[in-house]
Amino acid sequence: MILDLPRFVEAERPHWMALEKTLTWLETNPGGKLTIEEAARFHELYQRAGDDLTRVASFAAEGELQRYLAWLVSRAYAEIHEARHHTPFRPWRWFTVEFPNTFRCHVRAFQLAALLTLLGAVFGGGAIHYDPDAKAVLMPFDNLRITPAERVAIERAQEGKQLTGRKGSFSAQLMTHNTQVALTALALGMSFGFGTVILLFYNGLLLGAVALDYITGGQTIFLLGWLLPHGVIEIPAILIGGQAGLVIAHALLGWDDRSSRAERLRHVSRDVVTLAGGVAILLVWAGLVEAFVSQYHEPVVPYGLKIAFGLIEALLLTTFLARSGLSREARDAR
Amino acid sequence: MRAETVLVRTPEGIEFALPLAGPLSRMLAFAVDFAAIAAAGVLVARLLAPLQLLSADAAQSIITVLYFAISMLYGILTEWFWRGQTVGKRLLGLRVVEASGLRLKPSQIIVRNLLRLVDLLPGLYLVGGVCCVLSYRRQRLGDIAAGTIVIRTPQLKEPDVDQVLGRKFNSLDEQRHLAARLRQKVPARVAHLALEAILRRDEIQPAARLILFREFGEYLKNVVSYPAEIVEQLTDEQYVRNTVAVLFQHNSPASPGNKKRTLSLRSDG
Repeated sequence: MILDLPRFVEAERPHWMALEKTLTWLETNPGGKLTIEEAARFHELYQRAGDDLTRVASFAAEGELQRYLAWLVSRAYAEIHEARHHTPFRPWRWFTVEFPNTFRCHVRAFQLAALLTLLGAVFGGGAIHYDPDAKAVLMPFDNLRITPAERVAIERAQEGKQLTGRKGSFSAQLMTHNTQVALTALALGMSFGFGTVILLFYNGLLLGAVALDYITGGQTIFLLGWLLPHGVIEIPAILIGGQAGLVIAHALLGWDDRSSRAERLRHVSRDVVTLAGGVAILLVWAGLVEAFVSQYHEPVVPYGLKIAFGLIEALLLTTFLARSGLSREARDAR
Repeated sequence: MRAETVLVRTPEGIEFALPLAGPLSRMLAFAVDFAAIAAAGVLVARLLAPLQLLSADAAQSIITVLYFAISMLYGILTEWFWRGQTVGKRLLGLRVVEASGLRLKPSQIIVRNLLRLVDLLPGLYLVGGVCCVLSYRRQRLGDIAAGTIVIRTPQLKEPDVDQVLGRKFNSLDEQRHLAARLRQKVPARVAHLALEAILRRDEIQPAARLILFREFGEYLKNVVSYPAEIVEQLTDEQYVRNTVAVLFQHNSPASPGNKKRTLSLRSDG
């Protein structure tokens, strides 16, 4: 049997037009809400279009009308069946409760990221110790190629004026570059974690090589004063980026989890986004500190003060990640 | 084997297909978005140019941060406010939806855009492009992680079936027994192909259209032969058009068009 198409179209056209009008309104007004009556009418129109699509699909081969109806029905389906609860985004609650909770929830991934960085640091330090000529390869940065003593002498003589007139742009470059590194560590989780592991190990390698170079050069205090103020925030932030990458990798691999890969990834997607947001905020702070505090050395700023500042930051960050949101979490759990 | 469409079955039992976007159209959309981001960067730099007079450092730092924010947030914000579309996707008629056909959640939008960093590696979208070509549902890594697909959303308009409604005199209608035989012998698939050819006639090149309707006409004339005096004045296209009208329009007295013709037949008789 072939459908009496002209009659069918004539009878149904007004309903399709009404459905299309409502859909267009909903799509162009993201916050728009329908009244109860309008919603009921919308649902009725959707069901009617669905019924029409089934009839056309039953009695026709692929056709323009079928495509048109499928297009209408798919749009209406997305609107009507999207009933998942959206909690309103509250930035303060997100940062003080959700971010630290998510961090703690995946703390094993963070520990693994820290271990990989540490392994890289040991390797980098060992490489510099046993093969000092490897410095040029391991540390391809101009200010690290000279000996630590030479650098300390230069920077002390400059009294922090080397960045005069470009502190802001230097800070902005650091923020964007470090955020990109941390987010790349996150994104590389999709390589089943291989890319994340390599990136974390390489970061550790650089860190270990620089640290050993300055320690053996007798510049440990300078190193602490230079690195601690921004490093105690920057390094954990990059580790959290790596943590998010390892969370993705774990979801891809699916150890001890029988749900589908898509379900596993869906399950962690919100946590990954939360960790990424937290990383970005930490790196903004680290960028400001690196440009406006870390580049000043003695005699302008005493090393003791810089080290104390770094240790206080480290203590605050550790407390924040370990304790923040705990009471709220316990209350929500009850 | 790659899917051309994703089939969705709703709880009401309705089944529909979402046509998947190909790598080429996605690449073009990305090129447009890339240009849009670059243009936004230039605009920001121009707008902040007066600030350079006060402090070149402050202006440069704001430009650096803003450009980074634009390049990271462009996809997230446009896909959120335009329901899965960016400027490029709007121009190319593409849309990101959840793999089940539902609307996107904010976390899905953020994940697919964050993971663009790995899809872009090692350059020129190579990882994402290869993954899109090889994956069953044409997903790049960001899509796989977020559980999203990119579909084609051509702005379809309701098909203009008025042109085959049979409002005009149709000489084939007079031969009721041949019309009945035509409905019996022409397969539904062929009938719909002919209908589609008429509906889309303006999209076909004139030379190709002549060939298409000649072949349809020959096929239909072989199935049922109408008397020569009825069809000799008709062009191939008009013959196909009249045949399609016969095939799709049942002679029901309830149909206004048929009622008109029934009356005219009576007056003729």
